[in-house]
Order: sequence, then structure tokens, then C-alpha cells
Amino acid sequence: MNQPTEKFDVIVVGAGPAGNAAAYTLAKAGKKVLQLERGEYPGSKNVQGAILYADALEKIIPDFRDSAPLERHVVEQRMWLMEEQSHLGTHFRSDQYNQQPGNRYTIIRARFDKWFSDQVQQAGALVLCEMTVTELLKDESGRVIGVNVDRENGRIYADAVILADGVNSLVASRAGLREDIKPAAVALGVKEIIFMPKETIDARFNLTGQEGAVIEMFGSISEGMVGTGFLYTNKDSISVGIGCMLSDMKQQQTTPVELLEKLKRHPSVAPLIAGGETREYAAHLLPEGGYDALPKLYGEGWMLVGDSAGFLNAVHREGSNLAMTTGRLAAETLLELFAAGQPASASNLARYQARLDESFVMKDLKKYRKIPGMLDRQRQFVADYPGLLNQAAFNFFSVDGRDKEAKEKEIIASFRQRRSLLGLLGDAFRVWRATR
Amino acid sequence: MNIVVCIKQVPDSTHIRVHPVTNTIMRQGVPAVINPYDLFAIEAALQIRDTHGGKVTVITMGPPPAAVALRKALAYGCDEAVLITDKIFSGADTLATSYVLASAIATLGKEQPVDLVFTGKQTIDGDTAQVGPGIAKRLNLELLTYVSKIVAVNREAGKIQVERRAEGGVQLLETRLPALITMLEGTNEIRFGSAPDMFRAARAEIRTWDRESAGIEDLKKVGLKGSPTVVSRVFGPTPRAEKAQQIAFDPAAPQAATDALLEKVLAEIPKVGKELERHKVEAGAGANHE
Ligand SMILES: Cc1cc2nc3c(=O)[nH]c(=O)nc-3n(C[C@H](O)[C@H](O)[C@H](O)COP(=O)(O)OP(=O)(O)OC[C@H]3O[C@@H](n4cnc5c(N)ncnc54)[C@H](O)[C@@H]3O)c2cc1C
Repeated sequence: MNQPTEKFDVIVVGAGPAGNAAAYTLAKAGKKVLQLERGEYPGSKNVQGAILYADALEKIIPDFRDSAPLERHVVEQRMWLMEEQSHLGTHFRSDQYNQQPGNRYTIIRARFDKWFSDQVQQAGALVLCEMTVTELLKDESGRVIGVNVDRENGRIYADAVILADGVNSLVASRAGLREDIKPAAVALGVKEIIFMPKETIDARFNLTGQEGAVIEMFGSISEGMVGTGFLYTNKDSISVGIGCMLSDMKQQQTTPVELLEKLKRHPSVAPLIAGGETREYAAHLLPEGGYDALPKLYGEGWMLVGDSAGFLNAVHREGSNLAMTTGRLAAETLLELFAAGQPASASNLARYQARLDESFVMKDLKKYRKIPGMLDRQRQFVADYPGLLNQAAFNFFSVDGRDKEAKEKEIIASFRQRRSLLGLLGDAFRVWRATR
Repeated sequence: MNIVVCIKQVPDSTHIRVHPVTNTIMRQGVPAVINPYDLFAIEAALQIRDTHGGKVTVITMGPPPAAVALRKALAYGCDEAVLITDKIFSGADTLATSYVLASAIATLGKEQPVDLVFTGKQTIDGDTAQVGPGIAKRLNLELLTYVSKIVAVNREAGKIQVERRAEGGVQLLETRLPALITMLEGTNEIRFGSAPDMFRAARAEIRTWDRESAGIEDLKKVGLKGSPTVVSRVFGPTPRAEKAQQIAFDPAAPQAATDALLEKVLAEIPKVGKELERHKVEAGAGANHE
């Protein structure tokens, strides 16, 4: 049978936040958009439970709060430095976060992604699931002119292809658009969703109504590896997880499951999740190489957005907002070109880079570009300080007949023992420089 | 060959979760799928069409979201789809369902006579296996249940040969067309549709029939009204899982762990203690005789 050729203005590969943002923006503007997703439905492949940063989505769907499946808005942020039996932490809670419109929400990705995809389809894009893109189609000059999917007669054509296929973008690396990701530039994150009645969560975290809390954890839980743990409250479930650099995990031969189990047993965490029932477990990679690990972001007929490009701010645990913002910027670049009747050539797509450079995405990634390397080389930040600080706190708050000055001296000595005075000063300087 | 396949959208049993507190089924976020047995029915129908020509029409009775299942069937390669949906159909048992489906198939038959009707052996959410036979009876079709394989179709002679799984063996059966076949899981795994099929399915108009267009004659036979089945009670198997207990194990003193384990077993199941006691006495008695 002679099949008609399928040809679109733009093909978007992947239906995560980045792909949805791009497809929505283009379809809303009336472009003929095809979005391809390998999962059974949008969200089926995506790690559960996350923080949604409102601003990025607001710029795409201003009234998203009316229909998006939001769990809770975050009113309290805790940071915990963990030692085996304790944590030393800060709480920031503000009633200001109760004012509308909210700023950060907890979401369950499977539900959120499905909702987002519904918006994309209503905007007019054709969304096909269970279509895995296997390769990019190129013409003789090397220009990308479409994709091939894993089905019979799978060649589909477009004027431009946006790759939003997530962290291990096989399509891009297979096409030679970027190198394979290196274990030192990715973290492996594992998450679980633990269900319990809403009232239990409200009581344990001191929340009312739709208020939510977030805990970020560092220290002994990552067993000396570069990594962080987290806990978010959803409506009637809690997301808990931990992520560590893949290279570290390989070296230490730890499995993510063991790390997560250990985190859940920690005496500061266990009571918060006690009695709940685990429903979902998921593991996923995060591109944490930062600014210096970014590949080339565009070329003849193609652009990379979201995780597939490595747009992730590991320090602030932001990913989906960078994904949505870069997806939108890529789409807006194309809209501008289409309006001017110009092709999606590499020189024209340089405007995507320009838009990125002006946005918070590149500015933040640049600001923290030294962090990944610093944490990798200077293990004291994850291996020593959290423990030392916990011991110091334990020492300081225990009333045992010793005078306070003696205690302070002891604390200082304990730090000096692990790091020289110069080392301590150097560390302070490193943090200052890396986050400047 | 004009083939009709009846399918049903069911909650994906691998994703069903029971609420830990209320014990009700949590349907939220549970994806709906085509009843797994129906997939074998679809594949069998497609294979017959591929060799003998004709078309495969999928039909389902259900709420509007069931259109998703029909679209999926189109993506596998089915030619047409009809969604039979009407508020008055809700609450239907197998009797009422088979009446509606039979009416719809009869209506399709007016466009072009139907040679074969397929259904899955049963649905995974109802497990009754009554709908297929119900349709066959109403439409006066030859009925072949629990078919695992289509052996041959002879269009000219109007005959079909199948393998039917029966207790203790496999039967080779032949019957006249038109016939209704309920399919078992077999070797005919559902195919992976082509990319053009995916596009066609996504864009297809799905015919939607209400009571009138489906050709329902007797409204008393549909929905809750037409359903004499009474569910007197729903209960789950009593969970037997008890909390696991942990026994400390010190490699230096393995004996201590065995002792602790034995003690726990004896405390939990007194019968074991009595058994052991009995054996001890018997063994002791034997020793005495020596
Ligand atoms: C444990 C963990 C916790 C996180 N927590 C947060 C958080 O709290 N807040 C936050 O903002 N970010 C968080 N992130 C990061 C965030 O999940 C990602 O940055 C974000 O999902 C990136 O979106 P994306 O659209 O680029 O990629 P993805 O969400 O990964 O989507 C890619 C999509 O492409 C599809 N795909 C892949 N290959 C193909 C192919 N060949 N053909 C067709 N489709 C394909 C996939 O199935 C997938 O649906 C977390 C990540 C992890 C792992």
C-alpha cells in the first residue's frame, strides 16, 4: 500500500514537561505539531512526586491553577544536615506562602503530565503515545528533516524537530548531536510514594488545608557520596527519595534501594512516614553536570530542551521549571522564524541560544557552574561537615556539668582535627566563590 | 469476511490499588486497558481479514471514555469502530449487555451481513464469560467458546475450524458461519500496529450509537432495569499476612539466634511444641527398648 507521507511543522519528541511546554506553545499559535511519546500515556514513564515551580508554568498556561492536579502549596521548607542519629536543621515557614497565587506546589508527576498533555491536545497538537523515536532523518546536507519511529513505515517529516526525550536522550546521542552522558555528570534518584490519611500528614507536619512542607536532607544519608535526600508532602501521600552521583554509586557499589531504605529508617525520618503504605517506587537519572556539561543545544533543524540538554539546577532541585522554560523558549524561537518565513537553520536557531542566555536558566546554571566539580573534589562538604555540625550541636545542647567555654573549644578542636584551619577557610571561600 | 469484535475497557489490574484506610478500590490514576482476552480476539479477527479480505469492526458498550479502547483497537489495525453509549445502558449486567451488543451487531448486519463475531473468553473485571454466549443465542449464531486457535476458514463452504481447549485435551471443531467465537489467551499475541495505523487511529471518527441508532427495541431489557443479577455481597480474601518479626543474629553466637527462633515458633504455634514432645517420648520409648 502506498502510504501518504506525514509532514508537520514541528515534531516534538517526548511528553515530559519540556516537550509539553514546547508542543503547547506551538500548537496554541496554530502550528501543525506532532508530539511523540514512547510511554503508554504521557506521564507513564515519569518519576512520581515532585515540586512544581509555578512561575515557569504560568508563563505558558497563565490560569493553570484552575485545572491542574496540584497536591499542596509549599509553606514550609526545612533543610536538614544529617548524622546517623540526629539532624541539625533550619525551618523556614511563612504565612506569606498562603497568599494567592501560590509559588511552589507538590505534584504527582503521572497525574500532572497527563493533565499537561490534555492541554497540549486541546491546543491542537496531535499526540501519539507508544511511538518511540529511534533516529533522526537527515537530508544529504545533514539537516534534520524528521524522525523514524519503531513501527513499520515509521518515517515522519517536519520542518524542525525538538528533542525533549529526557536525560539519556538516546536519539540525540545516536544522531551524534551530543556525547553519551558520563556517570560523573548524572545522579541516580530513587523515590517512593507512601500513602497515609491526609489528617495524619497534617498533624505530623503541622499543616492545615492545602498547606505542604518540604524537607531537603544532606549528610550521612548519602554515605559520603555527593547526594541529597528529600521528602515532600502530597495530599494523602508523602514522596521520599534520595539521589547520588552515579559515578559514586558505582564506586561504592551501593544500590539506590539500600540508600532509600536507610533514609527511611533514619530516626528523624521514620516517625514521619510510619504506618504509611508504599505504592510506587521509581528510579530515574538526573543530569547534574551543570553548565560545563551542556552539549550543543541546536543545529540544522533541531533543538534540545529540558533534561535532554542537561538543564537542571542540582543545587536548588529545580528541573521541571528549566524543562518547561527551555521548551517554551525553543517553541518561541521557531514561532519567530516561521512568522518571518525563515527556515530552522543552525544560524537562525542561534536565537534559541540567545533567549536561553537571557533567561534565568543559563544565568543560574552559570552561577553554580563550579558546584558539581567542587563537591566531587572536596568530599568534606558531604562527608565531614554535616557530622561535625551535628556533634557540635549535640555537645552544645547537652547539659553535663562542663562549662560552655570548654565545650566551644572542644567543638572547634573537632573541626580542626578533621580539617586544618586553612582548609576550613578554604572551604568557606570555595562555597562563596561557587555560589557567587 | 465481515467480522465484528466486541471489546471492553477494564481497569488495568496490574495498577489497581486498594485504599489502605477505606479498603475501597482506588480508580484514580488507574489506567484503563482493553480486556486482555479481547486482544487475542482482535488479533484472530485481523489474521482472518489479512488472509481472506473484508473488514474488522470493533464495538464496545460503555461510557464515552471507552472510545480510548476503540482507538487503540484501530491502532492495532481494525478498520472501523462503534461506541455504543447511552445513559440508560448504565448498570447493565451480562444479560442486558449481551442484549445491547446483539442489537448493535444486528444493526451492523443490516449494512452488510456479519460472518463472524469475536469476544474475549471473559473480562478480567467481571469474570462471568456470559456475554459471548448471550449474543450468540440472541442472534442465532453458532457458538464456539474457549477457542485457543483458528485452524482454517473456508469462505466458499461457509465453515470455520478451530481448536478449543477443553478439560483434559484440545478439541478440533468445525462449524458453519455465521458464528461467534470466544477467544482464550493463545499464541496469537496482539500485533504491533504500523505508524500509519497509529495516525489513522488517532484521527479516526469513532461512530457513536445511542439506544436508537444501535437499534434497541425493548428498553426494558437494557441497563439496570434489564439486569436481573443481584450482587448480594462483595468480599475480599481475608489477608493472612502478619507482621514479620526480626531476630537479631550475632555471627559469633549462632546458637542464640536458633534458640530465639525456636522459642518464637513455639510461642506462636503451640501445636509444634506438642508434636516435638510426642516425638521425644517416642524416641525415648524406642531407646528404652534397645
Ligand atoms: C528523583 C527525582 C526527583 C526530582 N524532583 C524534582 C522536583 O522536585 N522538581 C523539579 O522541578 N524537578 C525534579 N526533578 C527533575 C525533573 O524530573 C526533570 O528535570 C524533568 O522531568 C525534565 O523534563 P523533561 O521533559 O526534559 O524530561 P522527562 O520528564 O524525562 O520526559 C521525557 C519524555 O520523553 C519520553 N521519551 C524518551 N525517549 C523517547 C523516544 N526515543 N521517543 C519518544 N519519547 C521518548 C519519555 O518517555 C518521557 O516521557 C527530579 C528528578 C528526579 C529523578
